[in-house]
Amino acid sequence: MKLWHIAHARSGDKGTISNISLIAFRAEDYARLARHVTAARVRERFTGLVTGEVRRYELPSIAALNFVLHGMADGGVTRTLALDTHGKSLSSALLDMEIPDDD
Amino acid sequence: MANEGPIVITKVSGSGGAVTAATCKEQLLYEIHDPSAYITPDTVADFSRVTVTEVADDRVAVDGATGRARPETLKVSLGYRDGYIGEGQISYAGSGAVRRARLAAAVARDRLERSGIASGDVRCDLIGISALHGEAMSAAVGEPYEVRVRVAARAPSREAAERIGEEVETLYTNGPAGGGGATRSVREVVAIASTFIPRALVPCTVQLEVA
Repeated sequence: MKLWHIAHARSGDKGTISNISLIAFRAEDYARLARHVTAARVRERFTGLVTGEVRRYELPSIAALNFVLHGMADGGVTRTLALDTHGKSLSSALLDMEIPDDD
Repeated sequence: MANEGPIVITKVSGSGGAVTAATCKEQLLYEIHDPSAYITPDTVADFSRVTVTEVADDRVAVDGATGRARPETLKVSLGYRDGYIGEGQISYAGSGAVRRARLAAAVARDRLERSGIASGDVRCDLIGISALHGEAMSAAVGEPYEVRVRVAARAPSREAAERIGEEVETLYTNGPAGGGGATRSVREVVAIASTFIPRALVPCTVQLEVA
């Protein structure tokens, strides 16, 4: 199952650091997100795009996780040669990640 | 906003859009790193125990944010001139479009690197395939009917940057078959370097003028 079935997301940037919020539509799905969408899996998902560490912050009171991706490989908003200078489309790449159907 | 801190977010009645728990949560976490230590000039905010509740249509109550002492330093963002980025794009369609697009990108890259026009890396993207998230993310997706090549590189002057788009435009007649819709652009880059300075160096005054 793709994450977008149970969550929504939004990405933003601060220079060479991007963040992606991942928010469960229903509070009862938060535990699933927390179990499957680890910092390590997100870092693997963005192999080649992220050169530094990925940190995960937990916000159970709003059923959300916040991922902070350090060292975006393109060099940051103002200097990058990339098409999506701000990394606004990163949220869609996260929402396409697979998690188990039944757990 | 109540004196104790809770706020209600709403919008002008009859206007478009939606104020929902989902939109408020996305905005709460927008460009935030550690939600328990969001540094602003006035306070170090803690959003880690915030609650977001829909209380009526387009009315959302937000509560539970706290703050600690403000930081002793302020962030300064310095803009500096950082050369130019030249860019060219051209499209291919039909059978073999992706292979022709890859060949076109390789030709443009080779010529830009050999001529010394570009300073530093030449970036080649296939719009519709790998421009946003690279080759690995798009590997499992089938071939599209059409694809657009994008070549971008840095140059020290506007004149040199113009040459980058020209190397793509010339693929019309000196590149793979059926290239169409070439465009080119140049923009000056104003890059940002951020640092911190002591708050005491920034005196704040308020001046009120009544006309």
